[in-house]
Order: sequence, then C-alpha cells, then structure tokens
Amino acid sequence: MLKKENRIFKNLYNEFGWDIENSLKRDDWKDTKDLINKGREWIINEVKTSELRGRGGAGFSTGLKWSFAPKEVGSRPHYLVINADESEPGTCKDRDILRFEPQKLIEGCLIAGYTVNAHVCYIYIRGEYFNEGKRLQEAINQAYAKNFLGKNACGSGWDFDIHIHYGAGAYICGEETALLESIEGNKGQPRLKPPFPALVGLYGCPTIVNNVETVAVVPTILRRGGKWFASIGRPKNTGTKIFCISGNVNAPCNVEEEMGISLKDLIEKHAGGVVGGWDNLQAVIPGGSSMPLLPKKVCDTLKMDFDSLIENKSGLGTAGIVVINKDQDIVECMARIARFYKHESCGQCTPCREGSGWMWRILDRVVKRKATFSDIDLLSDVTKQIEGHTICAFGEGSAWPVQGLLRHFRKEVESRCREEPLIRKKLNNPYLVDQHLLENKNA
Amino acid sequence: MSVKKVHDNQPKEFKFSDENLKKVEEILKRYPKKNKKSAVMPLLYLAQRQNNNWIPLAAMKHIANYLAMPYISVYEVATFYTMYNLSPVGKHFVQVCTTTPCLLRGADKIVKLCKENISPNENEISKKGNCSWMEVECLGACVSAPMIQINDDYYEDLDEKSTKEILTSLINDKPLKPGSYRGRKNTSPEKNLISNGEKHA
Repeated sequence: MLKKENRIFKNLYNEFGWDIENSLKRDDWKDTKDLINKGREWIINEVKTSELRGRGGAGFSTGLKWSFAPKEVGSRPHYLVINADESEPGTCKDRDILRFEPQKLIEGCLIAGYTVNAHVCYIYIRGEYFNEGKRLQEAINQAYAKNFLGKNACGSGWDFDIHIHYGAGAYICGEETALLESIEGNKGQPRLKPPFPALVGLYGCPTIVNNVETVAVVPTILRRGGKWFASIGRPKNTGTKIFCISGNVNAPCNVEEEMGISLKDLIEKHAGGVVGGWDNLQAVIPGGSSMPLLPKKVCDTLKMDFDSLIENKSGLGTAGIVVINKDQDIVECMARIARFYKHESCGQCTPCREGSGWMWRILDRVVKRKATFSDIDLLSDVTKQIEGHTICAFGEGSAWPVQGLLRHFRKEVESRCREEPLIRKKLNNPYLVDQHLLENKNA
Repeated sequence: MSVKKVHDNQPKEFKFSDENLKKVEEILKRYPKKNKKSAVMPLLYLAQRQNNNWIPLAAMKHIANYLAMPYISVYEVATFYTMYNLSPVGKHFVQVCTTTPCLLRGADKIVKLCKENISPNENEISKKGNCSWMEVECLGACVSAPMIQINDDYYEDLDEKSTKEILTSLINDKPLKPGSYRGRKNTSPEKNLISNGEKHA
C-alpha cells in the first residue's frame, strides 16, 4: 500500500482546489528554475535512475526516450507533444490530471521541453474532453500570468510555449505517429516506423511524444530524487501509478497506488470489492481493452506491474482495470470490444481493417449462438493474421483481447457453438428423403 | 472507420462570423506559418459551433480556401473524425457510451431509455423538443459508468431513474446539471458503497 506522503497526485479528486494558488501550496513549481539549471544530463540521468516507464501503454523507458532527441538543434526546431488522447476503454486517469492537477503537467512540460530542446509544446486532447481542455487552458493562462511560461519561462532562461490541439473522436490518434498526422491537419493514420518521431516527427522535425501521466510525475521525481521513485515498487517496475478500476465493483474509482500492488488488494481495499464477492469474479482486463483478459485463478495472486503481467501473457497497458463478474456474459463483453476495434480501425492496413470486422462478426455469431465449431479456429486464425502485420500496434490491440478470450474461455465459447451447417441442412430436409444418400453426395 | 452520411439539404453559402474570424486568427498563431493546414481541425470545430452543431459542405470549401488546401483534404478530415457532424443533430445532442466498461454497468438500459424518450432511431431529431441521440465508443469516463455526454458536458454515475429525469429535462429544454448523479466527488471511491456493498444500475 502506498504511504500517504509518497502520493504524487494529492489532488486527484479535487479536494484541495485545482487553481495555481492551491497548486503552489502543494509544492508545484517549487525550485523549478534550479532543477532546470542543473542541466539536461542531470535531468535525464535522474529520470533514468528513477526507472520511470511511459504510462501511455507501451511502458518504454522515459529517460531513454528523451536521450534519443538530437543533442544539438540543427536547422529544424524540436517539438514536445503531450498525448492526452485518452480513449482506451477502461482508462480515465489523464482526465483527472487535466482537470485537477494541470500545473503538474504544465511544469512537467517545461522541464521535458527544456530537456529535449523544444521551445513549443502541443498538448493533444481528445475532442470529447472539451471541458477538461478548457480547464487546462485556464491553468496555462494562470501559468503565463505568473511568468512560468512564455519568454524566459520561470526564470530559467528557456522560452517555452504550450498550445492545445483538440482531437475529434478518433481512438487511433492515441498512436503517436497518427497523433502527429492529426496535428498536421491530416487523417489520423499512423506512419511507418522508422524513422521514429524522435528524429522525424511533427512537420518532419525531431519530436518527443509523452503521455500526460509520464510528464506530470517528472517534476516530483526531480524534486524528491530518482532514488526515491525507484524505491517504490520493484526494480524495472518502479514508482506510483494511477489505476482506474471500473466494471463490476462496488465502488469504481481512480486511485494512485504503488506499482506491483496485488490486484486483489486494489479491488478489495479501494474499489469496495467485486459485486457479489471475490468468488463471483469471472475475469479481469488488467490494462485497458487491448490487453488480454485474465481469469479468476490468475487474478488471485496477480501483481500489477509491467513485467509480472507480461509473464501472465497480458500487459499493464494504461492500468485501466475492467472487472467482469460471473453475472456477465463474457463473450458478449469481448464481442463489444471487438466492435469497438472494428469502429476505430483507421482503415490503412488491410489485415486490421478487414480482420477487425471479421472478429466482431464471428464473435457476434457466437453470442447469438449461430456459430459453428470451425468458426472458433477461423477466429483464432484471423487474430494471428492481424497480429504483427500492421503498421501500428492497433492490430495487436484488437487481436489480443480475442486471443485472451480463446486462451482462457475456450470452453465458454465452444458451449455456444454448434455443429456444421451441413447437419442443419439435413434437419431442414423433407422427412421422406433418405438422409444417408445426402451424406454420400457430400462425401 | 465509421460511415457518415452527408446531409442532402445543403446550404449554399457559409462564412465565418466576424467574431469567429478573430478566433481563426488566434488559432493560426499556434502553428508555424508554413503549416497553416494544421488549423483545419480547430476551424472545422468553429464552423460546427457556428452552424448549429453540424458542418455543411460549403463550410469545408470555405475552410479549404482560407487555408489554401485542396477541398478534398478538408473533406477527408471531416469524414474521418467522428465528432464532426455532417448532418443536423438536435439542440441537445445526447451521446451514449456503450463500450464494455459502460455496458457492464447497464449502458443498454440507457440506450433503451433514449429510444423510448427521444427517438426510436439514432441520429433522428425527436418529435417533442429538439434532441437527438447516438451510440458512441468509449468517452473516457469509465469509473463513472454508465455515462452520457450531452453537447459538451458529461453526466456520470447514471441509473434508469436519473437518466429518465435528464432526458425529460432535455425535452423540456431545461437541461439538468452535469456531473455525478450519485453525489460523489469526482472519481473518488465511495466509502458508503464499500461498507454496504450496494447494487448499481
């Protein structure tokens, strides 16, 4: 359990007020100038010591990512882009940071911007978060009024501007290159990598893309030291994380906890337990909809961090935990997720565009009990054909939940399927026709 | 990819109002001068707000001229993103989140209530009042499920009773306040529910 003094987002529920005066009381913007004056090397090293891994889903080392930005600014300016396009079903952590801890994000942007040599930062917020964007703009204006942003930001000698760019309801724009395409004014379709955005990103310039939560924890890490952050959790899976617990729990909530907390503790101590008790648990999606679901027997002992979830053939993703109890139809739940991916596929790569539709239609047939046993193998085959054959990770994201379903709930799926349609055809035959003759014809 | 229908009855002309033209200038300042194209998404939003929450083709042509980009590129953007409405929607535009986390907590009941109270079909303007509704994918408020978005505002922690009240208030053109309908503070855990183990919608 996370100790109270180790909590980074103290105002996660807006108990103390979001505006800059209250944020200053919570130590935001404290000694920012000194931190920046310690230099890029020091900041990157401190972030590397903290072993902070990106909070947007992939879990890539943040310090390493920042070190990929070219050291010297050439003819092209550098950009910092913040990914606030939070659309992964089950995830709603960034929304609370935008609403209630905006100064942490803004301060993080300044530090990150300085570290990667960027004078301009774009925050890409999903269009549905209109009010959250308005709130963030107010917070940015307050920071400008205090000279924390703009020319010579916070007295550090670094000029820094932040602009907000709204998305418009496309899940795929959470993928970093699709997000850059979207800022450039195109359809949000991912680019081929390499070149990676760190070298060729927004407008063809070096660009570092970070998730909201990643950047928002950086100022606290620098103030309290990378070692402090690394002391929470276990090696390579350090620090605190905001978990979003939704679905069939008594008290769904967002909560900041240490990495590696057990799933059972998280659900029982913070979210009021599973509806109908722990034994009524059927499955848990541990990291937002694109991570494979896990059945109860795995959940009993599961630790919530990057590596332990990978060991269990799933992933921490964005730490959006969706709890499904035994009152629910698991196949229907996954069919709905498949429908989500069918709706959100950007249509660029054929395996994903067509395959996501196939998966949804087959699962829909299973729900309606119209599928045959061969459909299950077909479904499994389709997921394998999508996975690894697309430009971006959306392909994996759409295939993994279905693979998870087949891995852990194959019996459940099979119990809804029936024999080949041939037999149905026989059933529809007029009574007088000899059934065995029909069989011969088909043999 | 969603299939969106362009409205049959298109207005002939569209021009930004003077007030919005000022906003356009502000928006253009955010992006490098040679990358004016970046402003296409904010400008489409402006056009949508000016034109009763939907974008006519004339507006796309206007924006294309303004940003010196091909009309087809603007059309491409407007049809790709789901939040640009290409045909009229109600004054109170209800979007019901039906993705799995909301579904688990009874989003289907809310869809049913919308069908009963607003219109039997999606994207159809109600006979009484001026509302329309549609199903959407995850709105990113999963711990407050089930929830709906009405124009810009989120209505969270709903059940059948509160949804009915909200929908009736929309039809009477006196919308209720957004926020949680279980009286909790944002996304904090509800202590009383933890101890009692109360049932949800």
